[in-house]
Amino acid sequence: MTLTVKMTVNGNAVSAEVEARTLLVQFIRDHIGLTGTHVGCDTSQCGACVVHVDGKAIKSCTILAAQCQDSTIVTIEGLADGDTLHPMQEAFRDNHGLQCGFCTPGMVMSAVDIAARHPHLDEALVRQELEGNLCRCTGYHNIVKAVLAGAASS
Amino acid sequence: MYEFNYHRATSLESAAEIYSQSEDPVYLAGGMTLIPTLKQRLAKPSDVIDLSGVDGLSDVKQSAETLTIGSMTTHAAVAANSVVSSIIPALSALAGGIGDPHVRNKGTLGGSVANNDPSADYPAALVGLDAIVITNQREIPAEEFFIGMFETSLVEGELISHVRFNIPDKAAYMKFANPASRYAIVGVMVAKFPGEVRVAITGAGPAVFRSGEMEQALASEFSIGAIDGVKVAPDELNSDIHAGQEYRANLVSVMAARAVEMCG
Repeated sequence: MTLTVKMTVNGNAVSAEVEARTLLVQFIRDHIGLTGTHVGCDTSQCGACVVHVDGKAIKSCTILAAQCQDSTIVTIEGLADGDTLHPMQEAFRDNHGLQCGFCTPGMVMSAVDIAARHPHLDEALVRQELEGNLCRCTGYHNIVKAVLAGAASS
Repeated sequence: MYEFNYHRATSLESAAEIYSQSEDPVYLAGGMTLIPTLKQRLAKPSDVIDLSGVDGLSDVKQSAETLTIGSMTTHAAVAANSVVSSIIPALSALAGGIGDPHVRNKGTLGGSVANNDPSADYPAALVGLDAIVITNQREIPAEEFFIGMFETSLVEGELISHVRFNIPDKAAYMKFANPASRYAIVGVMVAKFPGEVRVAITGAGPAVFRSGEMEQALASEFSIGAIDGVKVAPDELNSDIHAGQEYRANLVSVMAARAVEMCG
């Protein structure tokens, strides 16, 4: 079965004819060509695929594109304002919150969500909230620093 | 994933109708178990019926003695709901401890309950709080609902619309979580009602169960000391790479004591 899926991605109305079994992350990467959202584990664990669906951080490898019909999506490409990075992206750069960078899109999307939900963040809360994002390079210390700095400047 | 037909139901009636007209259908709530199952090709439904378009399944209603929550309410919504946290804070805490933030943003009460994973948190809340599962056909007491591992008393096509929890005098849920998945290796809900204490245990056995011995001890004296030395028999418990039967049995006592302590 194929169906036409329409949604707003980073402010742009997009639509594609896809199989019903198409995942949101496949829709974003393969059908509309935004490859900033990564597929790490493909088993709902690593969080490299996190995007915002109607304002909520979601693992895009674990939701069908069809479930997002008429939704508003923000991906990592939707954060920066032209050449000006989002404060959270800037904080990841300033604090060396990445090494290989593979987990970074999901980390940053989660971090923006964490900052939005918690006006008062501390290190313990950041670590708890990053439960759904895995990084195999940094050991997390600089990511936690980056989230705190990004939240403070957002 | 194998191919399937996708439907977005707009009412419980239309969902049930699509179900009855499909060859091998499955309902989709939040999809936090179903989508990974489909991706691994462990299931091959002909039709997936998405319930997210059905109105009236994400509400929270309070009465004098009960709290009723819609089946499509996400774990994040239950955790953040001020009515839930003021009336049954143990339920907010339980929902806020499921999986990770992204899972909590999609996973639902009804989906978790219908799946009846032996390590899921909600079954302990339903049995501990003597809840009623309300479906499109009937009302089912929680203890009759959870039959066995991944098995419930739901019949073909039956849909959960709400869960009605009894409001306890006090309650607490403590779990020893798997550090990777956050599923309960053992989770214990202790709930004190007028004239009754309920102790519901998840993660330890094939399905949620109660400890009558702990309940009686706590009913006569609600203190950690009352259940000191009270153990559940390890023979029927689960054993896997994370924890053996003896270890799980010990965890039940430890988590029960922590829950009693948390009740204050």
